[in-house]
Amino acid sequence: MTIKNLFVVFALGFAGLFVAGATSSFAQSHVNSPDPSLGTPNVATETSHIGNLTGHAEEGKHLYRRYCIGCHGPDGDGDGMNAQWIDPKPRDFTQATFKCRSTPTGTLPLDQDLYNAITRGFVNSNMPSWNPLTPQQRADLVAFIKTWSPRWAKEQPGTALQIPPETPVTIDSILHGRELFQKMECWKCHGPAGHGDGPSAATLTDSKDNPIRPYNFSTGTRFKCGETNQDVYRIFMTGVDGTPMPSFADVIKPADAWDLVHFLRTLQDMDTKEAELWKTYVAAHRADIKPIGPDAAGGQ
Amino acid sequence: MPRKFPACFRGLRLMLVSLLAVVTLPAVVSAPKGSSTTTAQAAPLPRIRLNAIPAFARKYGLPCSACHTAWPELNNFGWVFRDNGYQLMNDRDSPIWQNPSYFPISFRITPNWHRETADHQPIDSIPGGGPASETISGKVTQAGFDLSGMDLWSAGTLYKNISFQLLPSSDPTAVWHFESAWVRFDNLHNSSWLNLKFGRFELDNLISEKRFLFLSNNGGIYQIYHFNVQGSTNNFGYGDNQIGVELAGHSKNSYTRYSVAVLSSNEGGVNFTTDVLPGAPPASRSYDVNLAFDQAFNGGSLGLERLGAFAYIGQRPTYYETTGDGSVPLVGLGNKPFYRVGFAGDLFLGKLELLPLFMYGHDSAYLGADLPSTSALPPGTPSPAFAGGFIEAHYYVNPQLVFIGRFEKVNVLQQSAVNVGSVPGNYGDVTAYSIGYRWYPIMFSRAGLAFHNEYSISKSIGIVPESGDGTGLPPLFPTNGVWSSSLFIGFDFDF
Repeated sequence: MTIKNLFVVFALGFAGLFVAGATSSFAQSHVNSPDPSLGTPNVATETSHIGNLTGHAEEGKHLYRRYCIGCHGPDGDGDGMNAQWIDPKPRDFTQATFKCRSTPTGTLPLDQDLYNAITRGFVNSNMPSWNPLTPQQRADLVAFIKTWSPRWAKEQPGTALQIPPETPVTIDSILHGRELFQKMECWKCHGPAGHGDGPSAATLTDSKDNPIRPYNFSTGTRFKCGETNQDVYRIFMTGVDGTPMPSFADVIKPADAWDLVHFLRTLQDMDTKEAELWKTYVAAHRADIKPIGPDAAGGQ
Repeated sequence: MPRKFPACFRGLRLMLVSLLAVVTLPAVVSAPKGSSTTTAQAAPLPRIRLNAIPAFARKYGLPCSACHTAWPELNNFGWVFRDNGYQLMNDRDSPIWQNPSYFPISFRITPNWHRETADHQPIDSIPGGGPASETISGKVTQAGFDLSGMDLWSAGTLYKNISFQLLPSSDPTAVWHFESAWVRFDNLHNSSWLNLKFGRFELDNLISEKRFLFLSNNGGIYQIYHFNVQGSTNNFGYGDNQIGVELAGHSKNSYTRYSVAVLSSNEGGVNFTTDVLPGAPPASRSYDVNLAFDQAFNGGSLGLERLGAFAYIGQRPTYYETTGDGSVPLVGLGNKPFYRVGFAGDLFLGKLELLPLFMYGHDSAYLGADLPSTSALPPGTPSPAFAGGFIEAHYYVNPQLVFIGRFEKVNVLQQSAVNVGSVPGNYGDVTAYSIGYRWYPIMFSRAGLAFHNEYSISKSIGIVPESGDGTGLPPLFPTNGVWSSSLFIGFDFDF
């Protein structure tokens, strides 16, 4: 046997060894199957329904391994290899607690809510928009995410919030929203100017006791759960579960909620109709505007 | 007729001939009866490639598989990330959000063992030559442990919506050049349809040779991306990085993409020459244009299906302004045109990915006749032309194991005038096959490692294979078909 042939044999053997290893203990990043004794949905049969799409958990499992496992972990508990470096921390799917929902606080979200979250991503976090994935792939991921918690087998999602038509954007609406911002003590977390620096901000933690920062309205153009006025309305009417941000659905009326939306828009560094109205008003009534904060009554 | 390599390879060949002096592994030569073993003039051409960028994975905390079907090839999420100027668009893309100790740099090299063979090689019947020796046709085989070239890649964002890339790249002997260097202004006027890139960069081809999954000498290039009809003075290679400015745009999910690039007519050369290495001929003062468009379609459960088309319209000089009584060329003059057009696809059938490509190439008759544009073409002077393509298949068992294969065929449709009558009609035709797999034992957000095993073989008529065959010599006769093979085993890693 020549040296050449020896090398060929060596090479092929080497190759065979590694191919064998590729399917056994050498490989990492396997997705673990949820413990059936917990009563979690079956990966083989769990589905999601988004419009005309039906997502399949079995397919979603492969996609989860490719795209999600690094942060959300092989057990779906948000403890992926990269989680220690991430702030805010990745979602723990075993708790089935989701920030962005159209359903009341404490209830499971709709499949569409999870689909929207995957599609949109979460601004100011490590969760990107997965819009580049096909709709079917995103639907499959939604189905698989639901296999991590027994809640999905025992509970039904909540009823979606009905958002009434938006009220006209007027200076009165903005000023009333400002009063509500003071009265409901939004400023305690979000700060008087919406910079996320209220007196309580430093003490806030999420449901897993991780430090969490209130949203800073002055940066960015998007919110975690969307960017439209309807999205803002939905956020504080359903709350952001897993965070200190409560639902205000039982506290304020729909018309008042729209006023609050209009005021919040003035805190952003954006050229919106609300901002334009507010700037005009401030220019003419600066002396009449009372500061927001612990010593102020709010409003004009 | 000696094989003319693209200019970018000629310098590399010279360097590698020098490398032969220190090659100590003996080659086993199988020659016709009466011949004996000799030392091979092994001159495998190093692959020049871009790669995956663990620096991005470290920055964003995503595993390699998020952006790559199998690194370094991009999936659609990776396309979008790249099209956005290496941004996830989550308002944390600017470097100001990064830990100050973070530095966007990646290294890639591939320690490997490989075996190269080529038949129909002209060798001395008596090793070392001598009066009794004659040139005979034989098979040359070389094998041993080796290194690939090395990439030292820095890329990322300078600021929100300003991205950059700098890629010094070396051959295995550590001779460096700038493979890529550009700055890009992204999302002009808040539109993903307007992005302006300036510098030296890869053409916006749908199937990238810089991020593909083959590494061996024979399989490590797309033959058609570097193909020129023998005898033509055109040095263009569609797979080579070019230098200029590119306007590109894409839809939010990159389903629709376009690019228009204006490039110096110098094959990506620097210092007003036609190469990135010293000693290249001077360039002309003209410009080329590259146009590319592709559109993806949602294939439902099959995956994303993408189709694209491209056209490169360029020109090359036919003579030079000179000094020293004609001995020193100064500037290329008398430009004559050429073009390359084609279409490509990226098609998914579940875990199976198919990458078809077809290209047609046409050069001015002046380039094929090696005549200055100031002279009249003889009647009937043909214009060199070729056509061909490939189909490549990837089967993704999972994100950590992919099987790969490719068939490629390039035919000369019209020989250059300088060769007409002296070579067969199929002179220069190339047929190539590759098969292999890549296994990624680790897949996380800090580094990448792939065990790569590949066997590639090519047949070229009358010429030395483009991809490097272990000798760098054409066969004795233009009718000879040279079979060249590569067996490659290596650990491809980047950090």
